[in-house]
Amino acid sequence: MIEREADVVIIGSGAGGGTVAQALGALSRAGRRVVVLEQGPRFRDDEFTGDEARMARALYHDAGGFLSADGTMTLAFAHAYGGTTVVYTGTSIIAPERVIKRWDVPGLTHADVVRRSATYLAENHAHFLEPGEINDNNRLFADGCATAGYRAESFPVNTRGCRGSSLCNLGCPNAAKQGTNRVQLPRAEKSGVQVVTRAEVLRIEQCAVVVRTSEKAEGDLGAPSEWAPGEYRVSAPIIVVAAGSIGSPSLLLRSPAIADRLPKLGHGFTCHPAHILVAEHEKPITNDVGFPKTYLVDRAEEEGFVLETCMYFPFTTAKNLTGFGAAHSALMRAFPRLQMILVLACDRAIPENRVAIDKAGRPVVHYRFTPEVVESFVKATRAAARIFFAAGARRVHAPEADPPLLERAERARLDERISVRHFALGRVSISAAHLMGGCGMGRRATDSVTDAWGRVHGIPWLRVADASLFPDSLEINPYITVMALADRVADGVLDDAAALFRSAPHEGAVA
Amino acid sequence: MSRSTIGKPFRAIAVTVVPEAATLTAAGWAEVESAIARALADREPRTRRQVKLFAWLLELAPIARYGRPFSRLDPARRMRVLERVEHSSLLLLRRGMWGLRTLVFLGYYTRPAAAAEIGYRARAGGWSAR
Repeated sequence: MIEREADVVIIGSGAGGGTVAQALGALSRAGRRVVVLEQGPRFRDDEFTGDEARMARALYHDAGGFLSADGTMTLAFAHAYGGTTVVYTGTSIIAPERVIKRWDVPGLTHADVVRRSATYLAENHAHFLEPGEINDNNRLFADGCATAGYRAESFPVNTRGCRGSSLCNLGCPNAAKQGTNRVQLPRAEKSGVQVVTRAEVLRIEQCAVVVRTSEKAEGDLGAPSEWAPGEYRVSAPIIVVAAGSIGSPSLLLRSPAIADRLPKLGHGFTCHPAHILVAEHEKPITNDVGFPKTYLVDRAEEEGFVLETCMYFPFTTAKNLTGFGAAHSALMRAFPRLQMILVLACDRAIPENRVAIDKAGRPVVHYRFTPEVVESFVKATRAAARIFFAAGARRVHAPEADPPLLERAERARLDERISVRHFALGRVSISAAHLMGGCGMGRRATDSVTDAWGRVHGIPWLRVADASLFPDSLEINPYITVMALADRVADGVLDDAAALFRSAPHEGAVA
Repeated sequence: MSRSTIGKPFRAIAVTVVPEAATLTAAGWAEVESAIARALADREPRTRRQVKLFAWLLELAPIARYGRPFSRLDPARRMRVLERVEHSSLLLLRRGMWGLRTLVFLGYYTRPAAAAEIGYRARAGGWSAR
């Protein structure tokens, strides 16, 4: 094993890791060695082609089809320079006050989250789209909401020079989305922070990580690793874990001396389970051109769901429609006339839902759909169907109806047709991309993994800085909150750095 | 995984899930099957075995009711068999059907020709490409 030394190691380069890397550029400029280890590769701008199969395979873990333990839900998360910010839509929302209050983390205030979020809203250029940039798929949603009595809100989005490819979730082909790959990581590197890609961290030891860098296979997209392929042990007095809500807890669970101290590690996993609803209009609409996600209806507090506009690619759309055969094909062939809405259920942390690892150390996500989540799906689907019909749709495909196609003439019977009794796991295609929890913040090791500054309980040299910190569901798109929390973690590291550089590796010994 | 890995029943299942697949040329089938093969190559060997086993279960299950395997049923009966599996009270069967149909959709709809057939036109150029 090759030995390396650093002053700070950051694991992951997404919204959390990228934010910390930029903030710790100050240490780098002062002569300290800050290294970011990212599992995915660094892609060239011209490699984002929008080819659904190729990009999904290159960017997402299991091509976006990572299955929960019982196989009833797929979880999407990316490995790339910039992490999941490469594939998100860039919808930039501040955490609701009620959620931060409900989290009840000592030392974490909504005012602080708002203040830090504002920094990144500005830095990553979050803004509202101009009316001329909004396509029919989104406009019909807003019109339908107005007619059906729902309050549609606009998403601030973090693009610069968006050309409306609608390919956000396959990596923007126009370098328009302002993820950490465009903003924070280049700035960090300019400060001297080293980002090492294709670097999978296998485990954490006392003030050290064991990481394997892999060779670029023939035909693979992305640049080779900055380090020669091989296994490295990188010693550092400060380690920041920002590998996401599946990556971070599973990495810590693979590190037995750490896991043994943290009974709540992996617990509190939530994910806003979601599915797509599709409606067919009489005439073609602009749907696969233009920014895909412009509006939302936030019913989280009242009814436990959020509706968002969306537009997906052929395979993703086909997979998300219930059923198969001629009826399914007919709907796919109506693609130019399709309007889409994403339904997200606001799940809550329950003991059964957690991240674990299998015998080989690979992550396993246990997830049970509670009756409340199923009820939220049904309410959300009814609301979305009302919005579709109010927007003029001729028929709506609703997974919680059987048969799933609802004709316009049935719009007065939505409560009867869309029902909990038709929600069958394994038949309804459910996926999630807002992965949260697993290293939750709290008071002490008996109820959480870290404190409000991402300090792992009892291990001062180890920090967490990603969505795994969320003690419960955020009920809104998470990346801005991840950045706000990561900003706090970075402040904590900067405050403690001098002491940690002096004291390591004795304090918080784990082995 | 192609026919050789999912097995003989694959094409009969595929044309039931996506009826238009019946018109695929040999080159079209090769595209479908190689996309599925790539996807399954990234999965655990156990998953590959489960997919193959499930496909064979679907092939043989209709013998008890119709006296012939799935691949020798007419399209209407094939559809009924798959619908029964999709609506089964057993999660294991519903999940298996979901997985198999997802693989068929992956193979069929990630082809550029399928995108063109359904009128999907997203391009990097966005608005300026229209």
